[in-house]
Amino acid sequence: MRAKSIRFLAVAATAAVVLAGCSSPKQDGGAGAGEKQTLIVKGSDTMVQLAQAWAEEFMKKHPDIMVTVTGGGSNTGIAALMNNGTDICNSSRAIKEEELASAKQKGIDVQEFVVAQDALSVVVHPDNPISELTLAQLKDIYTGKITNWSAVGGPDQRIVLNSRETSSGTYVFFQEHVLGKGVPFADNTMLQPATSQIVQTVAQDKGGIGYVGLGYVTDKVKSLRLKKDDASPAVEGTVENVLNGSYPLARPLYEYTAGAPSGVARQWLDWVRGPEGQEIVKRLDFVPIK
Amino acid sequence: MKRSIRRGERAESVIEAAIRVSGVASIVLVLLIFVFVLREGLPLFREYSFVKFLTERGWQPTLSPPTGPWFGLLPNLWGSFLVTAGAVVLAVPLAVGAAVCLAEVAPRGLRDLLKPSIELLATVPSVAIGFVGAAAINPLVKDLFNLDTGKSALAGSIMLAFMAIPTIVTISDDALSAVPKTFRDGSLALGATKWQGISRVVFPAAGPGIIAAIMLGIGRAIGETMVVIMVTGNAGVLPDKGLWHAFTHSVRTITGTIGAEALEVGYGDAHYRALFMLGVVLFLITFALNFVADLALNRRGRRALQ
Repeated sequence: MRAKSIRFLAVAATAAVVLAGCSSPKQDGGAGAGEKQTLIVKGSDTMVQLAQAWAEEFMKKHPDIMVTVTGGGSNTGIAALMNNGTDICNSSRAIKEEELASAKQKGIDVQEFVVAQDALSVVVHPDNPISELTLAQLKDIYTGKITNWSAVGGPDQRIVLNSRETSSGTYVFFQEHVLGKGVPFADNTMLQPATSQIVQTVAQDKGGIGYVGLGYVTDKVKSLRLKKDDASPAVEGTVENVLNGSYPLARPLYEYTAGAPSGVARQWLDWVRGPEGQEIVKRLDFVPIK
Repeated sequence: MKRSIRRGERAESVIEAAIRVSGVASIVLVLLIFVFVLREGLPLFREYSFVKFLTERGWQPTLSPPTGPWFGLLPNLWGSFLVTAGAVVLAVPLAVGAAVCLAEVAPRGLRDLLKPSIELLATVPSVAIGFVGAAAINPLVKDLFNLDTGKSALAGSIMLAFMAIPTIVTISDDALSAVPKTFRDGSLALGATKWQGISRVVFPAAGPGIIAAIMLGIGRAIGETMVVIMVTGNAGVLPDKGLWHAFTHSVRTITGTIGAEALEVGYGDAHYRALFMLGVVLFLITFALNFVADLALNRRGRRALQ
């Protein structure tokens, strides 16, 4: 008897909670003015954390707006934009010509906004006399074809490879932009759990090399100037050089909208590209747009 | 009077049942965990061949097709084995020696000071130990053996030995102290020296307890994640230049791989499954270790009684 009544009470209590949870937003909706506006942001996995950080701050500033952020990759985001499945599409690559063309066929006028940049510095031990590398040399170093600094004009010192963990967006960026898609890292590449660990290891090891976000270079390590190829000039990894497009290990990060953004989407894009949004960009190890 | 006895009996049977339930529950829990890990891991072999999982020499889960991805068990297994074996070699002689010293040799005052201090070591969080390892042990190992980098299996073994020693010392010490005083008295009365008494009477009598202590220490070492991520460098390499070369270079352990990648992996994809399969392998290893230890314990225990 007793057990039964307790069980009944539990069920009733649960039901009450569930019902209350369901009904309250409806009541808000009924009130009219308090209705929450929503904004869906979808796309690039590289940008998911950044977009989530933006969303959190943005919703604090605008309690009446609900921002939903999901990943899935840049392709997913762009596809969703075409099918009206998202308000904002995050993409770590520029939209392709054929994608633009198919959008036009559907009568969608895709608008592009650069919202942040992704740039990596290549760092070595401060005693290392090497001050510049070409991207081809960097590739040979990280694929294990070059294993000694003497092969690129440095001292007779074995190279100690440092990388971020495979789960990191910078790992994927480095693999795609330096090694090439589908080209494996040398198997003795050490995968460090955090950028700070790469800096620490490179600072300790005379033969060390690593790549870190632009903001993570300290005076304990030396940042290399990079050359796109033998003919091009060696470019220092600075925010200006990222902005003027001369630094080879950088890419802009985009947000796209279908048609000129209005309402909440407009508010979002203005805020994201404004000082507060760009502060978050810096905090998350990306490069701001200005 | 009668009634109170009956009540006592009833209480006893309730308590007995409760104990039985908790005993069975722990077995069921372990089984459930294993089944869950297996269920999440096994579908890997729908998209990735089992043979490749066992024979692939690399671990590069984000490598694009057609080259990748590579989900190789071998480099992870090798790394775990090397780091743990190194830790055992470093920790066991030190720890068992320290336990014998504490239980048999050290004067009362020194023992009262040393034992709590050693036990305190066991409570240091592993992240803190990892920091010490990355900032102090890595450069030390590098300079000592003239290496290119201090991030190595050796550094991992040193840190894990450091973590396993307190466990082994305290439990071995308990085992040695539990040997009845009459054993020592008897061996002295037969004209044996103190050392002969320790090495031939007390130590063998405490043997099963010491083995249990070592197994617990190994258990702590092989399951440790944070420290190995921070000090071993996590390069998934298989040995090609001999044992010492492998030992003084970077390795990647099973726990390190799971710890570093599990939080960022896409739910349900091949990489996720592969990490769970690594978990299955880790589970089987610890199960086998415990099983072997149990066998050893039983046999030693029975022989000591005879």
